[in-house]
Amino acid sequence: MTKVIFVACLFFPVLLFAQAKKPQPKARAKTGSLTTVSIDRGKTVYSQFCLSCHQADGSGVPNMNPPLIKTKWVLGPKTVLIQQVLKGSQGKVEIDGDTFHNTMPAQAQLTDQQIADVLSFVRNSFGNKASMVTPAEVKVVRAKTK
Amino acid sequence: MKKVLFLMVAFALAAAGSAQKPTTDVSISLPAGFSSTVMAKSLGRARHLAVNSNGDIYVRLERLKNGNGILRLRDKNGDGKIDDTTGFGNYVGTGIALKGGYLYASSNTGVFRYKMNGTEPDVAHPETIVKDLVDRGQHNSKSITLDNAGNLYVNIGAPSNACQGQDRVTGAPGQDPCPLLEIAGGIWQFKADKQNQSYAEGVRYATGIRNVVGLDWNTATNTLFAMQHGRDGLQDYKIFPDSIAVELPAEEMLEVSKAGDNFGWPYCFYNQFEAKKVLNPEYGGDGKKVGRCADVKPPVIGFPGHMAPNGLLFYTGSQFPDRYKNGAFVAFHGSWNRTPLNQKGFFVVFVPFKDGKPSGDWEVFANGFAGKENITSPGQAVYRPCGLAQGPDGSLYVSDDVKGTIWKISYKK
Repeated sequence: MTKVIFVACLFFPVLLFAQAKKPQPKARAKTGSLTTVSIDRGKTVYSQFCLSCHQADGSGVPNMNPPLIKTKWVLGPKTVLIQQVLKGSQGKVEIDGDTFHNTMPAQAQLTDQQIADVLSFVRNSFGNKASMVTPAEVKVVRAKTK
Repeated sequence: MKKVLFLMVAFALAAAGSAQKPTTDVSISLPAGFSSTVMAKSLGRARHLAVNSNGDIYVRLERLKNGNGILRLRDKNGDGKIDDTTGFGNYVGTGIALKGGYLYASSNTGVFRYKMNGTEPDVAHPETIVKDLVDRGQHNSKSITLDNAGNLYVNIGAPSNACQGQDRVTGAPGQDPCPLLEIAGGIWQFKADKQNQSYAEGVRYATGIRNVVGLDWNTATNTLFAMQHGRDGLQDYKIFPDSIAVELPAEEMLEVSKAGDNFGWPYCFYNQFEAKKVLNPEYGGDGKKVGRCADVKPPVIGFPGHMAPNGLLFYTGSQFPDRYKNGAFVAFHGSWNRTPLNQKGFFVVFVPFKDGKPSGDWEVFANGFAGKENITSPGQAVYRPCGLAQGPDGSLYVSDDVKGTIWKISYKK
């Protein structure tokens, strides 16, 4: 409710002083769209490389493929998450007392941008809310991982 | 006409102080004349189960519950509900069986047994029958069955999808020969009464089997039957259109007629539409080439792909109508590897048998466990059938490993 009032207050002057206020909403929209575009691209990467194991809703497969919903891996340090994508895993991933056994193939063939996009998508989907991952962050981890 | 029975099932309550979650009705449908009751619920990760001659139910858990990996459920006052539950065995696992006055239970590396003193297992003195079997996580559950000649059969699943040098990397070549077949990817035979056996004492009874969870000794044919979980990711090779690819390879019902039978994993997969084994793409296959697969044993039945058959039981009771006698019940856990199509399975099927061979198509026997149609991810399924057992009165028991539910299915004319 507070948010609605805030938005209303923000746009009311915009309507009154349309000419003068134009640049500000534009700038906001641009920032928002960059984030959205990255997440949208990430969804495409996810569908192609991740979805069949981690599932369309990120719930994974019991005992086999880990879920991506509010887990310590997904919401935790970005470095660990980026490494996971670059190196894959040999199974035995533990989350809250459950163990997930299937191998995850390394996805190092993805570009820094693709990894940033897909991780930003995952960190902001399935009920997750966490900061974006940038290509620069992936680049740093990739250099150290090699 | 199918008679639908509605089972009222309450979800576990939320933690103390928070609101109660909504109650969900899940209906299990059965053929006319059959009915089901929920014997127990909220047991945890209930895998296979066995029912003793006095009606006690032994349930094997994949995750410890109050420190126990085996539960004994008893209906003391005979009202059809469990009113006495105890637990023992501080190790997780899948397999459980009663035979010759002993209760056998598998861990993910071996098999233990407990002497039955009357109706009570001697839980303080487990004997280690089999030990040191491979457990690398993937496909590590060890399912068991026993024959009538003093032998124990243990599935050792391959810790791999298709024995590639890099597991589950599309296009990575398969190892040839596959070294895993020496220690896994088959069913091993051990003596049921000899302690501390491992690979050296056992016999590789059947090979070329990726992973099995459901297996049973068929007393009518006096042979071992097993349900293979077929390989994943075949659709990633884009050999077949999606609608066909998601059904491949078949989930196979295998009959081991003699020691040493080879069913072809990882080199071959079974295409049920063409009723033949063909080469896997990791071994040069293109969906058509047969090559060395001409020499491997085909399945008795090929079910649609990825449905995950976790329980197998040949029905020997007299309670059900005659057509069920010596036929096979198969509990399908339900798929996860069928995208972009919906998932499939989450039911118990029946296959009629005559003279030791299927005498008709498989049919869905018990359905509705998932709680809804159009499941896109296995996490959406309310229940997933896993184990099957036959009671002393010929009733059929089904376990679920999502919430730990046990159904008893009975027939009345």
